[in-house]
Amino acid sequence: MLELQNLEAWRDDRCLYKALSLTLRPGQVAQILGPNGVGKTTLLKQIAGLSQFMSGNIRWQHQSVSADLQQFQQDVLFLGHLAGIKSALTVAENLNILAACRGQTLTVSRLDRALSRVGLRGYDDTPVAQLSAGQKRRVALARLFTEAPLLWLLDEPFTAIDQAGVGELEGWLADHAEQGGMVLLTTHHRLNLRCPVTPIELIPA
Amino acid sequence: MMLQAAFQVFKRDLRLGWRQSGEWLNPLIFFLMVITLVPLAISPDPARLRELAGGIIWIAALLAVLLAMDGLFRSDFDDGTLEQLLLTPAPLPLLVLAKVLAHWLQTGVALALLAPLAGVLLNLPSSVLVVLVMSLLLGTLTLSLISAIGAALTVGLRRGGVLVPLITLPMHIPVLIFATASVQASLSGLPVTGYLALLGAFLILALCLAPLAAAAALRLAVSGT
Amino acid sequence: MIDWLRRLWAAFERTVSPRHFYQLSGRWLPWFAWPAALLISVGLVWGLGIAPADYQQGNSYRIIFIHVPAASLAMGGYLLLAICGAITLIWRVKTAEMVAKAAAPVGALFCLMALITGSLWGKPTWGTYWVWDARLTSMLILLFLYLGVMALQNAFEEVSQGSKAAALLAVVGVVNLPIIKYSVEWWNTLHQGSTFRITERPTMPPEMYLPLLVMFLGLYALFASLILLRSRQEILQRERRSQWVRQLIEEPNQ
Repeated sequence: MLELQNLEAWRDDRCLYKALSLTLRPGQVAQILGPNGVGKTTLLKQIAGLSQFMSGNIRWQHQSVSADLQQFQQDVLFLGHLAGIKSALTVAENLNILAACRGQTLTVSRLDRALSRVGLRGYDDTPVAQLSAGQKRRVALARLFTEAPLLWLLDEPFTAIDQAGVGELEGWLADHAEQGGMVLLTTHHRLNLRCPVTPIELIPA
Repeated sequence: MMLQAAFQVFKRDLRLGWRQSGEWLNPLIFFLMVITLVPLAISPDPARLRELAGGIIWIAALLAVLLAMDGLFRSDFDDGTLEQLLLTPAPLPLLVLAKVLAHWLQTGVALALLAPLAGVLLNLPSSVLVVLVMSLLLGTLTLSLISAIGAALTVGLRRGGVLVPLITLPMHIPVLIFATASVQASLSGLPVTGYLALLGAFLILALCLAPLAAAAALRLAVSGT
Repeated sequence: MIDWLRRLWAAFERTVSPRHFYQLSGRWLPWFAWPAALLISVGLVWGLGIAPADYQQGNSYRIIFIHVPAASLAMGGYLLLAICGAITLIWRVKTAEMVAKAAAPVGALFCLMALITGSLWGKPTWGTYWVWDARLTSMLILLFLYLGVMALQNAFEEVSQGSKAAALLAVVGVVNLPIIKYSVEWWNTLHQGSTFRITERPTMPPEMYLPLLVMFLGLYALFASLILLRSRQEILQRERRSQWVRQLIEEPNQ
C-alpha cells in the first residue's frame, strides 16, 4: 500500500503542487491527469525517489520510505520517458543486468516468457540499437515481467506503442491490478481498462 | 547484494567500453599527439626533453583523463540509464565507484601502459619509466575520482563537458605536483617512496569521499530535469 | 518537547526566509557601509601617506595595506561560499543560495585585487610583475576555484539547480583547499632556495600595524556591505513573483 502525505513540489521558484495526499491500495490503478507542465512527471519522480528537496512523507507498506529505502526500491519499478536500456547491448544482456541489479537471477525460461508477452520473442540476442522506438519501449516494458515489482510507476508508457500494443498494455495493467499489484501512471491516452481507474487530477494554481 | 549490483554495473560498463572502442581509444591517441607536440613546439634537444618529460607526460595524461571524463555519465543520462541507476536498490556511491573503476581501467590504466612509449619519445631512462608508470597508476585513479564529481555536477548540461576541466582542475593540482615530483626525484636518483606514499594517501582520501560527492551531485542533476 | 523544537525550527526558518533577510539586511547595511567608507579613507591616508617608510623596501611596501586584507578576504569569501553551500544542501535554506550567488563575484574580485596588488609589489621588490611563489600561486588557484563556482551558478537554466550544484562544488572545494595550499607550499620549497615572506606581521611596529588593522576592518566592512547589497538584489530578483516583492515595487516611497 502506498501512502502520500502532504507532498509539495517546486520548479524554478514556482510551486507545482502543495499538500498532496493520497492512498493507493493493492489492486488499484490510478491515473494522474492534468495539462502539460502541471507536474505529473514531477509527482511520479518524487514518489520514485528521483526528486530531491521536496517536502512531504511517502509511506510504503506502512513504513516511511526514508526508513527502508532499499525495500521500497525493490518493490517499485519506474519507467520514464526514456527507455533506460543500453543501445550497445543485446536485449537479453540488458534485461539480465537490470534484474541482477535487484538481486534477481533471470532464468532463460522467465526471460523467454517475458519477451513473448511483450511480443519480442526471439529477440534475445538482438542489439538494442537495431530495434525501432516501439520495440525499445517494449524491452523496457518487459522489465515489468522479468523483475515483477509490486508498484508500477509509469510515465507515458504508451509512447511509441502501436495500436495492437495499446490494447496489450492495457491488458497488462488490468492483469497486474487483479493480481494485487498497484499501478500509478500518467498518459494522454484515453484509458480503456476492464478494471476501474482512479483519476488524480492536478489543477494548476 | 549491494556488491552484486555494483559488480553488475562494473561488468556492464567494461562490456560497453569494449564494444564502443572509440570512447577509450580517442583519449589515448590524444595523449600521444600532445606528447608529439612538445618537441615540435619547444625543442627536440634530448637533454631538454628529459628534463621536462615528467611534467609533459603528466599534463598530457591529465588532459586525456579530462577529455574522457565527459562520457562517464553523459550517455547514461541520454538513454535514461542514469535514472534507473539512481533507483537501483544499492548505495549510489558504490555504483558510482564501480563506474569510475570501469572507466579508469579503460583510460588511466591504458595511459599508464602507454606511458613508457611516451617516456622513450621524450628520452627518459628506463629506470625512471617504472616510477612514471606507478605514479600514473596511483594518480590517474585519483584524477578520475575527482573529475567524476565534476562530470556528475554537469551531466544535465548540454555543453557541460567544457565546464568539467574548469571546475575540477584546481583540485587536480596536488596530484600533479607530487606525481611529477616523484618522476623528477627518480631522474635525480633520489628516493621516491615518500611521493608515491603521498599519492597513495590522496587516492585513499578520494576513494572515500569522491563517490559520496559524485552521488550527491548525480541526485541533484537528475532531480532538476 | 518535540513540539517545542518543531516550533523553534519553524521560527528559525521564518527568520532566514528571503523576505526577513531582506528586511534585516536593509537595516544592517548602513552600519557596514558608512564605517567602511570612513575606515578605508582613514586607512588609506594613514598607510599610504603618514606611516613611516620601511627600512628595506622603502615606500613600495605600502601596498600591503591593500594586499593583505584583500588576500584574507579572498580566503574568507570562499569559506563563506562553502558555509552557505553546506546550509543550502543540508537545511535547504533558499536565502543561503542567494547569498552565495551574491558573494561569489565579490570574493573573486577581492581575490583579483590581492593578485594585482601582489603583482604590483613584486615589480619594485623582485624586479618582475609575477613570481611563482607559494602565496601568489595559491591565490591564483583560489581565483580559479571562484570562477568554477561562478560558472556553475550561471550554467543552469533553472537557477535553483545551478545554485545547489555550485553549493556542492564550494563544499568540495573547501575540503580540497588545505591540500592545495600545502601542496603548493611544498612545491615552492622544492623549486626555490629561500622563501620570501610577504609580511611578517609580528615584527611590525605599531606605526605600521595600526593602519593595517584599520584597513582590515574597513575592507571587511566593505566586503560585508557589498554582499548585503548584492544579496538584496538577488532576493528581489529570485522572489519577484511573490506578493511582498510586488508590494515593495508598487509602493516606491516606503
